[in-house]
Amino acid sequence: MPIIPLRKMAKGQNGIVHKVSASGELGRRIRDMGVVPGTPFQVRGRAPLKDPVAIRIRNFTLTLRNNESDFIEVEVDEVL
Amino acid sequence: MSKAPEHLIALAGNPNCGKTTLFNAMTGARQHVGNYPGITVEKKEGICHANGSLVRLVDLPGTYSLTAYSMEEIVARDFLVQDRPRAVINIVDASNLERNLYLTIQLMELGIPVLVALNMIDMAASRGMEINSGELSRRLRVPVIPTVARTGNGKDELLGAAVDLAEENPAWEPLHISYGPDIDPALDRMEREIVAAKFLTGFIPARWTALKYLELDEEVIKKGRGIDPRLSAKLEETGEQVSQHLQKTLDSYPEAIIADHRYGFIAALLKEGVVKQSQKADRLFFSDQLDRVLTNRFLGPVIMMLILYGVYQFTFTYSKIPVGWMEAGFAALGNLADSALPEGPLKSLVVSGIINGVGGVLGFVPLIVFMFLAIAFLEDTGYLARVAYMLDRVFRTFGLHGSSVMAYIISGGIAGGCAVPGVLATRTLRSPRERLATLLTAPFMNCGAKLPVFAMLIAAFFAAKEPQVMFLLTILSWTAALLIAKLIRSTILRGPSTPFLLELPPYRLPTFKGLLIHTWERTWQYIRKAGTVILAISILFWALMSFPGLPEIEKRIYDQERSSIMAEAPEQIRKDLVEGKAPAGGAGKEFEAYRVRLQEVDFEEAQAALRNSIAGRIGTALTSVTKLTGFDWRTNVALLSGFAAKEIIISTMGTAYSLGRSKRGEDIPLGERLARDPGWNPLKAFSLIVFIMLYAPCIATISCIIRESGAWKWGVFSLVFNTAVAFIVSALVYRGGIWLGLG
Repeated sequence: MPIIPLRKMAKGQNGIVHKVSASGELGRRIRDMGVVPGTPFQVRGRAPLKDPVAIRIRNFTLTLRNNESDFIEVEVDEVL
Repeated sequence: MSKAPEHLIALAGNPNCGKTTLFNAMTGARQHVGNYPGITVEKKEGICHANGSLVRLVDLPGTYSLTAYSMEEIVARDFLVQDRPRAVINIVDASNLERNLYLTIQLMELGIPVLVALNMIDMAASRGMEINSGELSRRLRVPVIPTVARTGNGKDELLGAAVDLAEENPAWEPLHISYGPDIDPALDRMEREIVAAKFLTGFIPARWTALKYLELDEEVIKKGRGIDPRLSAKLEETGEQVSQHLQKTLDSYPEAIIADHRYGFIAALLKEGVVKQSQKADRLFFSDQLDRVLTNRFLGPVIMMLILYGVYQFTFTYSKIPVGWMEAGFAALGNLADSALPEGPLKSLVVSGIINGVGGVLGFVPLIVFMFLAIAFLEDTGYLARVAYMLDRVFRTFGLHGSSVMAYIISGGIAGGCAVPGVLATRTLRSPRERLATLLTAPFMNCGAKLPVFAMLIAAFFAAKEPQVMFLLTILSWTAALLIAKLIRSTILRGPSTPFLLELPPYRLPTFKGLLIHTWERTWQYIRKAGTVILAISILFWALMSFPGLPEIEKRIYDQERSSIMAEAPEQIRKDLVEGKAPAGGAGKEFEAYRVRLQEVDFEEAQAALRNSIAGRIGTALTSVTKLTGFDWRTNVALLSGFAAKEIIISTMGTAYSLGRSKRGEDIPLGERLARDPGWNPLKAFSLIVFIMLYAPCIATISCIIRESGAWKWGVFSLVFNTAVAFIVSALVYRGGIWLGLG
């Protein structure tokens, strides 16, 4: 399965967290919110200015900035 | 009668899990909001009774985790470790179990006795989730009680169970989780070393300390270094070895592995038999539908503008009525004191210093009440998170956060706001640097007190282009606030932006009781804390403007002038003048002429007294500097007085131009006087407008800045820095204008 950064995902696309490469505070915040490898999620949409991105993960909606989502690698079925 | 036993119990949970609602349901109005010493995180305490015991309930700040990154987390953790509550009620959003249990697991790793309130169980049910709380309790080995905070369902059972647990007073027993083959051996070794050295074990279980060393927790390591530097170094070294090994073999970090295993533990915990998900119900259906409209690319921003404008209207239009009552009340009180007290400094102190000061403090109260109500509503419904989501891209450019917009708008981003509630509105921001930058720049907005001054100057000098100038001023204040925010964030508040990672909670209708309690607490806090500072400084300002007064010899000159006018007047009119009542009929005109002449002398005297006062002398001394911006002593003294409250600028200028002191808002011919004055011109007026827009916030705002930032230095900073900015910009405007030949 192809692995792409979260930023490249399309609205409505599903994926599974493959790796979180951020360390320090950002890494910890990302993990605190339940974004850890193996977790499935869906991209719900993007803010009017295309940033941040909203994802549905573990039954809630999480938004993160594009430059934060760059640290999250995702397994997807196909690259859209 | 023996005293009922008192138990300290803490409430912990994620933001948006209904924690505060449950706290309100349990304690009602018997609560107290303060701050943790030295920082701005709110500390809420309440008292309630259960099973014949008194419970002191502390509502810890909402956190997702127990790491040491945010102020909230450090506060929550320190409270648990140092104040050692008998039990922690961990409130968990039943519809969002996995992520909420992440905190539960960390509480259990710490070892503190925990009981879980499975909150919003109704919400979970409506999403087709059925949770077997008995099974969850059995697997977690802690009591689990289903609750619905909104209705108060389950709160009595919860409190009862908490008291039982507190009375049982079990020893702290840390939960042991396996973190995998790379971490576990090192963790065991570190734990043994910590136990052997009795390192921090008086407070914290050894295993937790070891875990924190592996997670590179700065707070714990700092504390450890202070107590036993040798052991600390050894533990850090072990952590480093584990870390290097993990980076080599798995390209990961210990804290990442630990987090993975915690979530793995939760997944195993919830596997089979705890949560039953039926397919029928559409989860979050309603909320998602709403978001499709409210965060839509095109409709979203339009609706947001309308809602923000609505908040502004609500805050400033509806509060006008109670503000009017307040003003009328204080005016009546002032008149009462005026007629009851004998002429002299005491009367002046009571009327101008104290009553005006208290009026100044309380005058903001309706505004604050309405602002907090509106914001609490937006926050509790979940809409505020959407505002941050939609606007973040814009505000981040200037080193701010999407939530900064609220503070700006309330402060006068839509002209006519007020920086006092604006600064208080920054409480919704959880990123410390962004929050500070917002509250330091919000006062650049055009608040309602600056407007009458602008209106007067615009009417006098730019009458033909009134709306255009007003619009220009709004644009200018936004530009200034955003650019200065950028400047502050790239200098004194430099640093990467705080991670955004914001949860968009499902839309909910807030409880009325919650809104009221929320609003009341914060308003009362303002009255108590900011109020005293404002009052003290109002009195100081009264003194600056009143003392030392005129020397006897000059007073006598004015007295003589008055006597000679009186001597000129015919007998009957003199009598009327002394009694202060105008005669009817033809004598009225003549009487009026004498009265005006007398009044002119009074005004002359007031002007001379003002010029001779400490403030007047400062204003005069400053003219050597303010010639760069085109201000004379009159303007300077008015600007000084505006520091107490911006709307006073007009009345002080009135006195300085011997036009008499008008009551607030009353129209005085100051504008005409300035327009006719050869010393004034549109360039000077514009330079003054710019200065007033940017210079030091009023004392009410400054005292709120001090309260909200938790440090005096930021109050002093905004006083000095804003004035410097104002001075530089107006000097550029004035000198640049002259250079261009506009003066």
